[in-house]
Amino acid sequence: MDILKKVPVREQDPKVRATNFEEVCYGYNQEEAMEEASRCLKCKNNAKCMGGCPVAINIPGFIKEVEEGNFMKAAEIIAESSALPAVCGRVCPQESQCEGQCIRGIKGEPISIGKLERFVADWSRENGFVPTKPEKTNGKKVAVIGSGPAGLTCAGDLAKMGYEVTIFEALHEPGGVLTYGIPEFRLPKNSVVRHEVENVKKLGVSIETNVIIGKSVTIDQLLDEEGFQAIFIGSGAGLPKFMGIPGENANGVFSANEYLTRNNLMKAFRDDYDTPIMYGKKVAVVGGGNVAMDAARTALRLGAEVHIVYRRSEAELPARVEEVHHAKEEGVIFNLLTNPVEILTDENDWVRGMVVRKMELGEPDASGRRRPVEVPGSDFTIEVDTVIMSLGTSPNPLISSTTKGLETNKRKCIIAEEHSGKTTKEGVYAGGDAVTGAATVILAMEAGKAGAKGIHEYLSGK
Amino acid sequence: MYKILKSEKLADKIYLMDVEAPRVARRCQPGEFVIVKMDEVGERIPLTICDYSREKGTVTIVFQIVGASTLKMASLKAGDAFQDFVGPLGQPSEFVTDDLEEVKKRKYLFVAGGVGTAPVYPQVKWMREHGIDVDVIVGAKNKDLVILEDRMKAVSGNLFITTDDGSYVRKGMVTDVIKDLVEVQGKQYDVCVAIGPMIMMKFVCKLTKELNLPTIVSLNPIMVDGTGMCGACRLTVGDQVKFACVDGPEFDGHLVDFDQAMKRQQMYKTAEGRAMLKAEEGDTHHGGCGHCGGDN
Repeated sequence: MDILKKVPVREQDPKVRATNFEEVCYGYNQEEAMEEASRCLKCKNNAKCMGGCPVAINIPGFIKEVEEGNFMKAAEIIAESSALPAVCGRVCPQESQCEGQCIRGIKGEPISIGKLERFVADWSRENGFVPTKPEKTNGKKVAVIGSGPAGLTCAGDLAKMGYEVTIFEALHEPGGVLTYGIPEFRLPKNSVVRHEVENVKKLGVSIETNVIIGKSVTIDQLLDEEGFQAIFIGSGAGLPKFMGIPGENANGVFSANEYLTRNNLMKAFRDDYDTPIMYGKKVAVVGGGNVAMDAARTALRLGAEVHIVYRRSEAELPARVEEVHHAKEEGVIFNLLTNPVEILTDENDWVRGMVVRKMELGEPDASGRRRPVEVPGSDFTIEVDTVIMSLGTSPNPLISSTTKGLETNKRKCIIAEEHSGKTTKEGVYAGGDAVTGAATVILAMEAGKAGAKGIHEYLSGK
Repeated sequence: MYKILKSEKLADKIYLMDVEAPRVARRCQPGEFVIVKMDEVGERIPLTICDYSREKGTVTIVFQIVGASTLKMASLKAGDAFQDFVGPLGQPSEFVTDDLEEVKKRKYLFVAGGVGTAPVYPQVKWMREHGIDVDVIVGAKNKDLVILEDRMKAVSGNLFITTDDGSYVRKGMVTDVIKDLVEVQGKQYDVCVAIGPMIMMKFVCKLTKELNLPTIVSLNPIMVDGTGMCGACRLTVGDQVKFACVDGPEFDGHLVDFDQAMKRQQMYKTAEGRAMLKAEEGDTHHGGCGHCGGDN
């Protein structure tokens, strides 16, 4: 074995997987995991990888147990810091976090920390790992709004401290973006998401679905009438953005949110589920983030020729390199430095094409990336029957607009302290995309942890 | 699970159900809607609230069979349950949040078409509960399709029924009755609320625009989550894009682009038609006729 190189991970053949919704990556088996773990230097003091992990998992600690074959012990170590290891092992941007800091990575390739975390989570699930529930609760009730990564993490941490936690979820299935947003082929719903949600429940957390805070019940009612002493809002960033170009309301134009929700939450790709989805022949996905890649790869699996239309160049794609790589392998076509101008429709208002304009890169803008500038007279038409807009999302104002004293900034994000989640309203904490705008699963989890800490400090003083 | 306490066939393909949903019943207002999902594989179906009892914790829904999902739903009996029932969603009718004294000064005309009678009912009932008598027009294709007549009669000031084929009370469209009331009988109205099939609302709005009568319509476009997440229900109102689920479902009818809204409702018609055939024909479906091109 080459100690400078990662043990390669087995994946489904790109040609085959482009036609199914099975998971792309098979993950390590025991031997592969132990071999990869043996490359770890087990840095004793101040391990850099831990500093790169937003929830500060004891990474060298669990990897040491993997190397020695003590997988259950490894699972226990991870469970001290994270309730969602099977999720994080799959969707965290490890390259810019734990693995990005790895000392082994200075000369060679860093340790495959994400794949090892995933292995431990999958192994422990298959071998009956049960998280430890506190013997008794402290009798204090906390409500958590939203069962996505922020909410689940916050609820899990609070339950471990002894609080009686109820999560309120607006949809019919818990998981938030893990359920409606990220597709099956990256994050299996039954085996991974449902299981990790069940693990949070095993800590004593109860989940009430079909409750829309701000409509079914308000924050003030939860505090004043239902006996909750504190609240954590992790309601995410659910509102889709559109471009505002002509033809955008035509039949065949969808937000990535709608397209993915139909497919992931409602399981439209399965014959035995009732919700329909458009089976486009030629699909344009506008945008370059992880959600755009998810939408593109979903459309591909539903049988379409798929084009990513993105206004900057490949270097600026906000999606993870691994996702872009997978999309390309599967046959997604990238139309870079290209921006939609108008959606063309037929006589019945169905999409028949999209006029796009060539772009070139100018000076860096506020985000530090080079600003795309239109090339005059460069318009041309691409023939498509489906357009999926994946331009980012913003927080839903349903909660902030119905809660007196809960302040938001001009982007409708709830104002909250980073280290504690404390908002402008007493007893109310918030974190995740509802505070930051659309970000990543692990950053939401970090905010969930901070919120749990903040709430614990608040209620301990009472 | 959300238990069905009562299931009643109101007319051909139209059903009424009382469903146990305490959280919704406690908070819902006229104009708002719910989303129901029958079982694990079911669609999320938006339905306007027809009635509610805060004491019993029940919500009354009325729906018409329009596709495979509603066909399956129609088979549910008292004692069965919906797997999911969520709400209330959307904004309440304007008069609920307006100053009551102002509302009392206005003359309201309610226009209900077919199954749209169901969402009009709680609004008229609210008016009665607040001491306001309103005129109500109910239109249906024929006598058998007039629903909720007794309930509506009990809460309206004047109730005018009309049928397309003249099989009950009078023959004609709801627009004929509006014209009759305003132009012949000289009645004066300040606000019209029209709820029914999209095409009916379009023509009511065309007429009330001529009559200079402000008109509110309630739209029920395709939706998935109902909380503003998916944008499937987007509409053009004036020069703005609105989401029916969070900005509506009620809008100024004179500003709604009905033609676009009607086209958007056709989005899944082919898929729905196939699913409906499959549901109706059961095991005999896919007999090899080759016409439908399979399920994809």
